[in-house]
Amino acid sequence: MERVPILKIGGVLLVSIQIDLHDQSVLALQEDLAEKISATGAHGVVIDISAVEIVDSFIGRMFATIASISRLFDADTVVVGMRPAVAITLVELGLTLGGVRTALDLERGMKILGQLGRQRRGVLPHSGELERDF
Amino acid sequence: MPPRSGGPEELRISGDDDVVRVRQLVRTYAQQTKLSLVDQTKLVTAASELARNTLIYGGGGFARVEEISDGRRSGVRASFHDEGPGIPDLTLALADGWSSGSGLGLGLSGARRLVDEFDLDTEVGRGTVVTVVKWKR
Amino acid sequence: MTADAGDAQRLTEVLRANAESLIDKWVSAVAGLLRGRSTKTELERDFREFFTALLPLVGSDGRDVGGPRFTEIRSLLEEYSRSRVRAGFTPTETASSVFSLKREVFELTQDDPSLHREVLVFSGLLDSLGLLTFESYARVREEIIREQAEQLLELTTPVVKIWEGVLAVPLVGTLDSARTQVVMEKLLESLVETGSEHAIIDITGVSAVDTQVAQHLLKTVVAARLMGAECIVSGIRPQIAQTIVALGIEFGDIVTKASLADALRHALRREGVDVVRREVG
Repeated sequence: MERVPILKIGGVLLVSIQIDLHDQSVLALQEDLAEKISATGAHGVVIDISAVEIVDSFIGRMFATIASISRLFDADTVVVGMRPAVAITLVELGLTLGGVRTALDLERGMKILGQLGRQRRGVLPHSGELERDF
Repeated sequence: MPPRSGGPEELRISGDDDVVRVRQLVRTYAQQTKLSLVDQTKLVTAASELARNTLIYGGGGFARVEEISDGRRSGVRASFHDEGPGIPDLTLALADGWSSGSGLGLGLSGARRLVDEFDLDTEVGRGTVVTVVKWKR
Repeated sequence: MTADAGDAQRLTEVLRANAESLIDKWVSAVAGLLRGRSTKTELERDFREFFTALLPLVGSDGRDVGGPRFTEIRSLLEEYSRSRVRAGFTPTETASSVFSLKREVFELTQDDPSLHREVLVFSGLLDSLGLLTFESYARVREEIIREQAEQLLELTTPVVKIWEGVLAVPLVGTLDSARTQVVMEKLLESLVETGSEHAIIDITGVSAVDTQVAQHLLKTVVAARLMGAECIVSGIRPQIAQTIVALGIEFGDIVTKASLADALRHALRREGVDVVRREVG
């Protein structure tokens, strides 16, 4: 079984999925991430799925699970780079990601995590529309 | 091992790895039949759900994939066979959110929404065969 | 009715012996019919091939035209019909090419009454083949219409970038399920290609929607969200609003705006762009 590597960039953990995910790899990733967030005190997790060709209900549920785990450690999760065909299929499948944040690409994902982090520390107001940085 | 002529090919499903292999085999057939990218993705996703069902609920079995034609259009047919306990209540099994094991309970009903034809043949104590077809648009 | 093997063989012999003059007359007859839109050289090449494939089939009355013996001649006729459709010939002109051979064979054999029965069978064979040509013609024409419909679809549903990070799809006319699906896939692709976080689906020019179309619109908005982009639906006309409500379709928290302009303003604000009116003159 292949393990998905987890990289640490500043206060963010980056998971870039480049393999055809086995169910065991999915479970292992969830465990690894929980340990890594706890060990590093990261404030955010980015899951890059731009190379992923299919997301079925098992993989889809992983995103929600990771988000829930992160939340327990006071960290945010953003899923980035979902392909159009994958998104259309997920909608048809009837699967929601349980409120996980999404972004078009890694750069935007990092930006969202930055904003959420500042919001958490009270630098930005919680309510109202999120203003974008320019 | 790419299929040669679109003839049927079978794969055993007895472990996690096999679910991934079924996905790859179905994708090869879907590409060969020139399904659109979205249709390829839908079919492969459905196959992934069904192969996992075969593994988890059916206790393993096999998948059979082939290219088919009805004279006017071509398509891909995939069937999933197990000799497990069978499904006692079909209506319930096909309802959204129902699940007797792990997963979100989207397996059967979700897979059905992703394909053009869906056929389920089950007998309690004998096993289950699920057949799906995706036609080229 | 099938002819005796012996008799059929005799007719085959006669046809083979007179092949050159038969093909020649046949080509002339059809060339006259087509009034110069096909050269004799082209026709001769096609007909010679057809004639060669036809000879071993003499004796059949054409009822087994779908069988394996006819594979070669079927593909020849298919190819012939295809080129005729593309060149703009009518179905009658196309099928007549096959039927014309009948007259030539009748003339050739009319003085030999012992062959009449076989010629009758042969005539049935040509009828079947002629009808086959007709069917191929119709099928090819359907193919062409389908291709053109697809091309038209591409042309009539542009996805345009109207601002940095904002795409718009103005939908016009009647939306059917297939077309909506194509447009929506194209829109999602464009979001990735251009890195846009906002898309405006403007349905001002849409005359009617049904449940399926509304569902496709909804699914697109949800799919875009999964990708990290937001769709705004603008220009919902009163009748369409009524349909949507009557059909019980839940638009939920999807952003809808009265006009494309309102939608653009909304998208720009989300992008962090303010539009300010400046004193002129």
